[in-house]
Amino acid sequence: MSNTAKSLVVASAVAAALSAAATTPVAAQSKEKCYGVSLAGQNDCAAGPGTTCAGTSVTDYQGNAWTLVDAGSCEGMELPAAADGTARSGSLEALARDIPA
Amino acid sequence: MLDTTFPQSDLPATAGVGYKPQHFSQILEQPGSVAWLEIHAENYMGDGGRPLAQLRRLSEQFPISVHGVGLSIGGEAPLDTDHLARLKQLIEWLNPASFSEHLAWSTHDAHFYNDLLPLPYTNDSLIRICDHIDQLQRTIGRQMLLENPSSYLAFEESTWSEPEFLTEIANRTGCGLLLDVNNVFVSASNLDFSPQGYIDAFALNRVGEIHLGGHDTDTDDHGAPLLIDSHGHAIADPVWALLNYTLERSGPKPVLVEWDNDVPDWPVLSDEANRAASALHKIPA
Amino acid sequence: MNTNQSQFTRAMMDASIPVPEGLLDAQNRPAGRRFDVYRNNVAVSLTDAMHAAFPVIAKLLGKENMDGLSGLYLRAHPPSSPLMMFYGEHFPDFLAAMEQLSHLGYLPDVARLELALRRSYHAADSVPVGPEKLAQLSPDALMQTEVKFAPSMQVIASPWPIFDIWRYNTQDGAAKPDAVAQDVMITRPEFDPAPHLLPPGGAAFIVALQRGQNIGSAHEAALAKTPEFDLGATFTLLLQGGVILKLDTKG
Repeated sequence: MSNTAKSLVVASAVAAALSAAATTPVAAQSKEKCYGVSLAGQNDCAAGPGTTCAGTSVTDYQGNAWTLVDAGSCEGMELPAAADGTARSGSLEALARDIPA
Repeated sequence: MLDTTFPQSDLPATAGVGYKPQHFSQILEQPGSVAWLEIHAENYMGDGGRPLAQLRRLSEQFPISVHGVGLSIGGEAPLDTDHLARLKQLIEWLNPASFSEHLAWSTHDAHFYNDLLPLPYTNDSLIRICDHIDQLQRTIGRQMLLENPSSYLAFEESTWSEPEFLTEIANRTGCGLLLDVNNVFVSASNLDFSPQGYIDAFALNRVGEIHLGGHDTDTDDHGAPLLIDSHGHAIADPVWALLNYTLERSGPKPVLVEWDNDVPDWPVLSDEANRAASALHKIPA
Repeated sequence: MNTNQSQFTRAMMDASIPVPEGLLDAQNRPAGRRFDVYRNNVAVSLTDAMHAAFPVIAKLLGKENMDGLSGLYLRAHPPSSPLMMFYGEHFPDFLAAMEQLSHLGYLPDVARLELALRRSYHAADSVPVGPEKLAQLSPDALMQTEVKFAPSMQVIASPWPIFDIWRYNTQDGAAKPDAVAQDVMITRPEFDPAPHLLPPGGAAFIVALQRGQNIGSAHEAALAKTPEFDLGATFTLLLQGGVILKLDTKG
């Protein structure tokens, strides 16, 4: 393709985009939706909710022993073959098969 | 000697609340007796977006107190100059009525532990803290208020009482003090001293702001109550009584209600502020 | 007995290390459980911060798994700055290195998406260029034009369906993800970041522009990788998202 032809392809794509974007004004997309982002990572000066036990609970907070348990929405979400061709099952069931009992 | 001529903290002697983004619209529309707001500095150190836009809007209507929770004034290491620069930028942009920080540390070996950690009250720590406050006040070009912590334990090596230690820091640096009455109550219960005695020993003429908040109750190894400064409840009645005791001696002061965990709807927080405003009305001006 | 801050933090972050000496209760007995208040505060506050920062990862794995992972993460990567709004920057790599999660290969990219949403939320405000500036350019000038984007715009390319995974876990009734590669662009028209699915090749095009290539060569770069690359659809999203701040025509 010649440079002129290429620039016409780009110009017509941009022209199409300009008219498409003009029919969907930005404001229409800007509804109040923060998906929890606004409250994530707030600094404050309070102590944690009033128990002293969590910091010493070896199973929960020791930091070197964690075992995946079945839970969460990934359970029902099968992603057997991603586009990169390397993915396997997206469910937790695969784990049970992989780890000898 | 240290420069003590910095512009002073200048909040109105009325009731304020700790600002939470979920209350934005209602604060503007139904402020009730809330006459000023406090924000945590670190939440407004992004480059833009809603946090700074809301803060700009609020600052048109209310005096703002900037309350730092991450400078680690009591740290053994030098202050984080990047963080100091961010504070300076925020304060220059906002020109708040007051800036305050804690007698505590939170950063060590370049890690920030997101809690207000305790320190011993010794001549060594006194010198270090005064150096840090001097550096801070010179950087931001104004006076700061230093807040008393809530204590769960004591350091064997301490040689100063907390009120004396804070008074000495204020005398040496020219800083003001932020008196957290709930922290006094929590510490007094946990370390078995008289909260009224603490108030009597406190340099009330140095106080530029008073804090109130809710606490939780746990127990220590010996079954004794251990109060936790959770800011997750309404303010306890004996803390209100301690506020009255304080105001009778200090005269009117800016009084702030803090509620950081399980933050309630605006009317509940607004009622707490009303109660603080009533306490202020009861004392002779 | 003196207690320094190194001893204090080491014992605070590892409950198997004894409480430092020199910390007392009111009767001068060892502080014991009183020290656990600090262990608890740090662990709980940073775990809460991780849940708030990565709500989709937390939903995908469930609360118990997320609590446990946060306990590991906060010890491996305590915050390096007091700005909690940016905590978790190493979480995608941390997830990628977790052997027990290797069958959930999409988790790191979903975490990257969640980090990008927060970066967008706190990015500097900006005013987009008027569309007429683009319309005025001749075809040849357009090819030579470099584009400056809003700092709130973020692009995440992934071999996984990260847009559909994000939508399935944040919006009621959204379809389950299919196994396709998806690139996402985050825009922030006012204050609320919103992810958009980019057409195939869209991320390569935008990244080329971000690196300072002009529209002509960025287009070539996208086509080289993705022959079906749809420039019109990509440009429509850029315009609708208000992410183009400046057009700079060279030559």
